[in-house]
Amino acid sequence: MAALAHPFPMPGPSAPRRDALPAMPARHATGPGEAHLSAAMRAAQDGDAAAYSHVLRACVPMIAGIARRQGVRGAAVDDVVQETLLTVHRARATYDPARPFLPWLRAIAQRRSVDALRRHGRRPREVHDPAALEDQVDAGSEPGQALEDAQEAREREARLARAVARLPAGQRQAVEHLALAERSLAETAALTGRSKGALKVNLHRALKALRAALTSDKDGRDV
Amino acid sequence: MSEPDRHERLVEDLAGRLAPVRRLGPPGRRAFLWCVAALALGLLVLPFADMSALHVRLSVPDLRLSAFGAVLTAAAAAVAAFQTSVPGRSRAWAWLPLPALALWLGASGLGCLRAWLAPASGIAGGEEMRGCFVFLMAVSLPLSALLVLMLRRACPLRPNLTAALAGLAAAAGAAALLVPLHPHDATATDLAVHACAVLLVIGLNGLLGGRLLDGSVR
Repeated sequence: MAALAHPFPMPGPSAPRRDALPAMPARHATGPGEAHLSAAMRAAQDGDAAAYSHVLRACVPMIAGIARRQGVRGAAVDDVVQETLLTVHRARATYDPARPFLPWLRAIAQRRSVDALRRHGRRPREVHDPAALEDQVDAGSEPGQALEDAQEAREREARLARAVARLPAGQRQAVEHLALAERSLAETAALTGRSKGALKVNLHRALKALRAALTSDKDGRDV
Repeated sequence: MSEPDRHERLVEDLAGRLAPVRRLGPPGRRAFLWCVAALALGLLVLPFADMSALHVRLSVPDLRLSAFGAVLTAAAAAVAAFQTSVPGRSRAWAWLPLPALALWLGASGLGCLRAWLAPASGIAGGEEMRGCFVFLMAVSLPLSALLVLMLRRACPLRPNLTAALAGLAAAAGAAALLVPLHPHDATATDLAVHACAVLLVIGLNGLLGGRLLDGSVR
């Protein structure tokens, strides 16, 4: 698209990026308009990565706003943003540039918001809740002791790190992304190329292995 | 990792592996292509049809209307399935097949009275009805598979609804293709067998197709 060669500005005063673009015209100071986003998305469909990053960055606050209006609160809003960006990526071929961009985006964001509300209603503490991992680790130690003794806490962290490092690559990846970095299943699946099902299985096995490893460590020390 | 950083990383990651995509054709055109494929399947079964019996049956108004309703339901449900597979399109598209479905069911329902109105009509035996059921299921399978395959290229945000509409399209398509081969006139039991097959196809599509379509989006 010759006419659209890098017409999409980068938001914010951050450091220049490898795909830095000309500054946003004054008329877009309050945010990119419908036509602008539509043209950028069209360019993205043709493979223009700069236009694509511009669209995705512009979408982030819009998606967050849609999620909040749907009743999503707290950290779940950011999960909706992530899930929506991933869906936008997978569904980008379905966008018809002859139609407005925002209803297309809104439909995806609303759906992901509803998914998030349902998910959080069903399982308030899922496996990728970091506290769930702590529970697994705590299961092998005496309650309250770790909080009182900083030295003990540090040792436990080190034992956990060693146990994680000993896990097979797939299980380690699941723990690092889902439990430690607090990424969503969809985000982790996109980053690692593994299916959600495989990630869940890997995480489950990893937690089991970690519990066994940490319990045997403790038993070993206690004897 | 802070949330803005997390989003920024994902944006950079997605943009970094961006590949050009071929824009999806309009849903109407994609539905038309599926109908053409269903017609091609119909051409394959045509040599086995009893054309003179078909001619006689289609001269009866309710049988003609029933066949027309099945064709119309298949086409309308396919259009609805493709429309609902595209984000931003109205959910009201899901209602599109209902008038045709009402015509199909209504006209088929008239066949229930045939045993009393025209006692000389050919009534289906158990073996023939089993044959109808097997035909409907066997033809629905490739039609459903093709439809789900085509729909997976889109992004159905309500995968179960889209898959159920796909099931209706496939089942109605199979019923339309059964018309030239149907060895008997419609009766209440025959209609019940057809209805069971259609509901089973829709249910299986909604369940299995929904999962397949859901997996294409996430």
